[in-house]
Amino acid sequence: MPSLKDLRNRIASVKATQKITKAMQMVAAAKLRRAQEAAEAARPYSERMGAVLANITQAIGGGGDAPALMTGTGRDDVHLLIVCTAERGLCGGFNSQIARLARDHIRRLLADGKQVKIICVGKKGFDILRRDYGSLILERVDLREVKTLGFVNADAIARKVIHLFNEGSFDICTLFYSQFKSVISQIPTAQQIIPAGQASAATETGNGAGGAVYEYEPEPGEILSDLIPRNIAVQIFRALLENAAGEMGAKMSAMDNATRNAGDMINKLSITYNRQRQAQITKELIEIISGAEAL
Amino acid sequence: MAEAFKFELVSPERLLVSEQVESVVIPGAEGEMTVMAQHAPVMTTIKPGVVTVKAASGKEDRYVVFGGFADILPSGCTLLAESAVHVNDIDRADLARRIQDAKEDAADAKDDVARSRAEQFLSQLTTLEGALLPA
Repeated sequence: MPSLKDLRNRIASVKATQKITKAMQMVAAAKLRRAQEAAEAARPYSERMGAVLANITQAIGGGGDAPALMTGTGRDDVHLLIVCTAERGLCGGFNSQIARLARDHIRRLLADGKQVKIICVGKKGFDILRRDYGSLILERVDLREVKTLGFVNADAIARKVIHLFNEGSFDICTLFYSQFKSVISQIPTAQQIIPAGQASAATETGNGAGGAVYEYEPEPGEILSDLIPRNIAVQIFRALLENAAGEMGAKMSAMDNATRNAGDMINKLSITYNRQRQAQITKELIEIISGAEAL
Repeated sequence: MAEAFKFELVSPERLLVSEQVESVVIPGAEGEMTVMAQHAPVMTTIKPGVVTVKAASGKEDRYVVFGGFADILPSGCTLLAESAVHVNDIDRADLARRIQDAKEDAADAKDDVARSRAEQFLSQLTTLEGALLPA
């Protein structure tokens, strides 16, 4: 049975923890708002980009001069996975969910005899994947120093990926991130970015110019070869932003849970503490009374 | 007064401008162009430069853009800039850094095509700097 002093210390420590988790929850809530705003602000760009891309693809008409980034290499032997996770933990199952999806994917690919390469964005995904697939990890992109995610961060990753592609070191590139659905629900998603799915371009054709004949300056092929790398950067940027919002959402609910758990624990400990105090008082009274009776 | 049309300037980070304008001057890859209402549909890449927006209210705004695309339709014009800032907010240090990067790119270029592209980009940046700094 712990002594009264032990219990008192225990209660104090749980209270301190509760204060910390509560503060973290509030910080996450504030950051979440900012991350959400950033994600929303980025949306028009990627939407327009999709529309423009659809227009050009239509103009070229899927001709043979489409760049390799769009059509792929025609093989699917080597897969590159970009796994985007958070830099910090304490956000519930957020990181492990993404990592699990990536791991399932890797296992499936390896079972099919494909070659797999991984680029980890964020420390947590790296930590999880390192255990099983350390030898497959090409690189780890560290964004810990980055205060506000900028397009430059995504652009740097995209450049690396495109460079690797031009070297011919992979055939298919898939992006793993968590789609931000709401504060309590983030959906781990795998999205193929190279070769850029023709399907995604085709679905957005509807809101384009409606078949207007464009003049191109310079040639459509040239524009396309400039546009597609940029589109990849935009996709990565969107993934990073969604991830940032998702991380904060997950952290907020995780910390909310932690605060509630700490509250429950304090209640339980206080009851034990009071009971023991009462027991001790009773014991002392009995001692006094029995002492007086003996006289 | 000229007819107004819808102009949007979007960067990956945010939507900078979305309003009715009278005319827009765009630094196209093959020369500057002024876009007004009822322009024929054109799609063009843009080089680093200054976009001048003349709003329907007669107010003129200038933005510095670093590469991107313009999608021009008779009904409106959308400018997708890789990065865009209002001319008053331009950061000299940032510009200097970009020029430095471009210089390194030009020096590191592996083949002639890449080098000439990097050098072209660099010269566009320096022209831009020349145009901005005295202001």
